[in-house]
Amino acid sequence: MASVTITNVQKNYGAMNVLSAVDLSIADGEFVVLVGPSGCGKSTLLRMIAGLEEISAGEIRIGERVVNDVAPKDRDIAMVFQSYALYPHMDVASNMGFSLLLRKTAKDLVFDRVGAAAKRLGLDVFLQRLPRQLSGGQRQRVAMGRAIVRDPQVFLFDEPLSNLDAKLRVHMRTEIKALHQQLKTTSVYVTHDQVEAMTMADRIVVMHDGVIQQVGTPLELYDHPANLFVAGFIGSPGMNFLPAVVNRSEAKVEAQLSDGQTIALDGKLPIEDGERVTIGIRPENIEVGSSDALKVKIVVIEPLGLSTQFYTSLSDVQVCIYAMGRTDRKPGDTMNIGIKPGDVHVFNPATGQRINPAA
Amino acid sequence: MIAGRSRKARILGGIGLYGAVAAYVIFALFPLFWTLKISVTPQSLLYSEGITLWPSSATWENYKTVLRATDFPRYFLNSVIVSVVTAVLVTIIASAAGYAMSRFSFRGKTTVAVTLLLTQTFPLVMVIPPIYRIMGELGLTNSLTGLIIIYTAFNIAFATFLMQSFFDGIPKDLEEAAMIDGCSRSQALRRVIIPLTLPGMGATLGFVFTAAWSELLFALMLISSDSQKTFAVGLLTFIGKFAVDWGQMMAASVLALIPACLFFGFLQRYLVTGLTAGAVKG
Repeated sequence: MASVTITNVQKNYGAMNVLSAVDLSIADGEFVVLVGPSGCGKSTLLRMIAGLEEISAGEIRIGERVVNDVAPKDRDIAMVFQSYALYPHMDVASNMGFSLLLRKTAKDLVFDRVGAAAKRLGLDVFLQRLPRQLSGGQRQRVAMGRAIVRDPQVFLFDEPLSNLDAKLRVHMRTEIKALHQQLKTTSVYVTHDQVEAMTMADRIVVMHDGVIQQVGTPLELYDHPANLFVAGFIGSPGMNFLPAVVNRSEAKVEAQLSDGQTIALDGKLPIEDGERVTIGIRPENIEVGSSDALKVKIVVIEPLGLSTQFYTSLSDVQVCIYAMGRTDRKPGDTMNIGIKPGDVHVFNPATGQRINPAA
Repeated sequence: MIAGRSRKARILGGIGLYGAVAAYVIFALFPLFWTLKISVTPQSLLYSEGITLWPSSATWENYKTVLRATDFPRYFLNSVIVSVVTAVLVTIIASAAGYAMSRFSFRGKTTVAVTLLLTQTFPLVMVIPPIYRIMGELGLTNSLTGLIIIYTAFNIAFATFLMQSFFDGIPKDLEEAAMIDGCSRSQALRRVIIPLTLPGMGATLGFVFTAAWSELLFALMLISSDSQKTFAVGLLTFIGKFAVDWGQMMAASVLALIPACLFFGFLQRYLVTGLTAGAVKG
């Protein structure tokens, strides 16, 4: 096992800049998830760690060794591809043992290790099958098995669950996490799915347009998003954003919405009277039926059993509210809501940066 | 909706489909049948019996004459040599070129592709005079080597595109997985990509073999001596000044079909196996 240190790494395709000055250090044994929308550079970064993509500038270290010019085969890494990339002409055992055989490992040892990995993944009865005779979930497991047989320094995952159906995806997510807890191998995992990121990661790296937006534990990102992008990306249903103008007086600080309603803000925020801001409120931080009251109009109600999701209109902006329990309200009703000043995230609308103190 | 169709409609549909297929097969195979029929018809019955589906008495006489009394075995051997060598050479070169076109970007790639395509756009008859001159200077007229060189050159363009499409069909992930597993690029090619491209190579081999086997134009222009003739040219020797020996000509044609049939029979296994089934999602 080893740490991975990425220093000032860039990637250009001709004049096009895909990754700009990425710095990231991943500790030994850590499970780090790179997350972002497609085209954000997360897969490129992963492929650079793997050695499948050249590094335009900067340095990548695995452990103490700079690997910029080291061939993929000599980096001692294993990768699970989105497509699984199983060798179609080899049976499961050969797929899993391929890397060991290439390293001239003794046949008995290959047999033992493949057997052990297969057992751990529940593949022992499929060892003689060809990939085309397996289901999607089984193929995914073979791809995992091929990686763990190696006992590599670092595991790389490139959207490994994207091709599975929703139920299997949730199941494999748990399995990968459990596997990591047993093996404790440093892992870098790429996904566009923030739920996967939140559930699996020790730390999440949110990327957008080739730039790292924020690095932190899942809850740090959730509670203190560094900018509008992270705030909107992390969390489901997503954070509500409302444009507002600051009213600051001796007595109080509040955000005035375009329809004149106001939301109380934390008095210690460094904002001026008259300043334009974007305020962000998580759906579960809105209290339904409060007396001190903002008024919203209900547009759609989604009953989920345990909870209810309201899609409402507040000063002509769609606001999602997530409330526990059930409701007898109807679409078209007006209802009162309350928001605690401490739950309001305030952002600079021009730069997108968070104005609240970081933590 | 298939489930919603009545039984009668399905039966009628089936009859229509199989009827159409049968009609096409008969249309395509009838000339071959006629060749076979004439090859076993005794000379004496050829013009006297009128048009019948099968002669009243069949004979192997034409085959015996062709094999024993003519140069046909020599022509046949020449054709085998030319076709096999051409097919193997083209497959090797086109595989290498197709792999490069599929996997690498290099300076002049588009130029190479366009040039290859250009060679396919004009009629071959146009280039016969210059080629004859060139081969003459090189002393390669009237030689099998000359034919092999020309056939190879003219088949490479198409074969390269064919092989490129086979390589394109193999996901890049497989190579990358192999390289992460510990292969160098050439090892990945040898242990993962080539085994998966075998059906494609088989198809290319078969295609080029058939093209070379039945080629007439260049062989006719470049070959003059009996010892170097391929069978396609050789068949013309059955056309005399005053008569055509149809029986022997057809017997020779039937014999010439055998290698092509064997070849495809042998390759069929590769042509029909799923190319990369199970490699990726699905």
